[in-house]
Amino acid sequence: MATAPSGSPSGDLLVPAGPPVAARPRRALIPQFGGIWGFVIRRILLGLLVLFIVSIVVFAATQALGDPARAILGRQATPESLKALRDQLNLDRSVFSQYWSWLTGLLHGDAGVSYAAQIPVSDLIDERIVNSAFLVFCSAIISLPLAIAIGAYAALRRDKLFDSASSLITLLFAAMPEFVIGLWLVVIFATTVFPGTLPSITQIPPGGRPWDDMTAMILPTATLVLTVTPYVARIMRASMIDVLESDYVEMARLKGLSERTVLIRHALPNAAGPAFQVIAINLAYLAGGVIVVEYIFNYPGIGSALVDAVNNHDIPVVQALAMLIAAVYVGVNLLADIGTILVTPRLRTRL
Amino acid sequence: MSAIADTGIVAVPEVAAARRPTGRLMRTALGLWRTRIGLMLVGALVAIAVFGRFFAPHSPTAFVGQPNTQPANLLFGTDHIGQDVWSRFLWGGAQLLAVSAIATILGLVLGVIVGLLSAYSRNWLDDVLMRAMDVILALPQIMLALVAVTTLGATSWLIVLAVGLTTMPRVARVTRAAAQPVVERDFVAAAEALGVARWRILFGEILPNILSPLMVEASLRLTYSIAIIASLAFLGFSTDPNGANWGTMIQENQLALVSQPWGVVLPVVAITLLTIGTSLVGDGVARAAIGIDRGRAAE
Repeated sequence: MATAPSGSPSGDLLVPAGPPVAARPRRALIPQFGGIWGFVIRRILLGLLVLFIVSIVVFAATQALGDPARAILGRQATPESLKALRDQLNLDRSVFSQYWSWLTGLLHGDAGVSYAAQIPVSDLIDERIVNSAFLVFCSAIISLPLAIAIGAYAALRRDKLFDSASSLITLLFAAMPEFVIGLWLVVIFATTVFPGTLPSITQIPPGGRPWDDMTAMILPTATLVLTVTPYVARIMRASMIDVLESDYVEMARLKGLSERTVLIRHALPNAAGPAFQVIAINLAYLAGGVIVVEYIFNYPGIGSALVDAVNNHDIPVVQALAMLIAAVYVGVNLLADIGTILVTPRLRTRL
Repeated sequence: MSAIADTGIVAVPEVAAARRPTGRLMRTALGLWRTRIGLMLVGALVAIAVFGRFFAPHSPTAFVGQPNTQPANLLFGTDHIGQDVWSRFLWGGAQLLAVSAIATILGLVLGVIVGLLSAYSRNWLDDVLMRAMDVILALPQIMLALVAVTTLGATSWLIVLAVGLTTMPRVARVTRAAAQPVVERDFVAAAEALGVARWRILFGEILPNILSPLMVEASLRLTYSIAIIASLAFLGFSTDPNGANWGTMIQENQLALVSQPWGVVLPVVAITLLTIGTSLVGDGVARAAIGIDRGRAAE
């Protein structure tokens, strides 16, 4: 590759919007304002389109490709019972009409009736959504500052001891699956090394909520924090290094400003955009991570509900939870993209 | 005929120049201690998974003693239904490794094809492919696999397909980003002018130039595939619910952790070391690639 004399054209192509940024800045304010809103609307429409296609994928995988009646009845299926169940589930209707009634129901907040529990899906998952949100909130509020601090400090002390040590430790933790980290914590703090230090499963009396007993929250939260922090800290470190190596930070240094002023006045405001992305990645990761972690600790949230529903072939519940998790995922990324554009003048002028 | 000779003259030196750094990359990577430790860990666990069964003292499904006890003749005691934990551990890695490897290869092949096509086409096809990849990225990998097994059942090929298809967009993004600058290079234009077939330009001219980011991506994706497939087995979704499988073993014996930890601890240690090993190898290759790039920039 070193032999190629074509470095400069490819370099220009990597940064296609270089010159226009300088040429455009102080044109009219109104088109620029419109540009942002145009971007926001385009981005929301794109998010909705993604969710629409996801709904087709989820529906196809659960209801169109296989035979739900056979999946539910399993080995006990007789031709009569299969037919009765198909009638009850409207499976004899065309796939399109099944999809349409499911989608319109979902948009009106009606996700159907759980096959296993015979109650509306929304009644089944309402409380669990709040429980999962609480678990994600506890994990995010610990992991976010931790990840940002570790990543930013490692970037500042690049190639020094803290950076090498933290990058090795985050590499090791980022490699392990969530359930492996969770089980290490259970083995260490609940059952084997220090038995009984912390509860290994969440036991909630009927009518109780997870926050009634905060000691039971410790291990699930710690598992999520240990899973998500290394991953996010590595991303934070990389984007902080980008900021620190940027021209404006170098310019500030060349002007002879103190390192403190360079960081607080020049580097930090420009790190806000990456920070939004980091928060989004963190939350999106947690939305997926709760599935396994809730199962380990028997935590009554949407993750364990999803696993139970898949085990019971409870298709309406699976569909509703999959769409819910996808919507959180898409929504979080949408907010991050819009937030990034709003706090980064350099990107805003490009619109 | 002379046109073919010209092709040789124009294309061969570029490709040769492109291939050499890959060997150099591997040598540099092997010089790093993290790559060596990673390779040793992966090698040891692959050896256990492949050859362990020949050293197993009992059948993985034989009843050998009271459940969850520690008879004197058994190294790591019995599991929740009285099977030998050590024998099940020695049998239990093969399926996890095979399914993870096949799923990763499927995802890599599909992702590289999509990424190269996107980078090379530079038109509506690029947009369509990348938006399609965004849709798959809108779902957590494990959730898509769970949705797929709900009705269709947890068969090996379905898990391979689900993990492979969700690996594809992540690989496609990396491939596209790495290939975009290569597509603009002179030797690609030269090959086009000479009328070299499009697929030969993609796989013969462009692909050899992006192998180092792809190798980093491959080890990262293998780590995640192992994690997802082991997690699925832990959640109770594996092809053979009674078969010995590290993920399933953990699930079965989790309730007996207090009285008999080995049924959980052995497979947990194995998965920990395996995933740490693959990601150390990936990190070593990535560091070697960065080191070579820095050296080249200084030249």
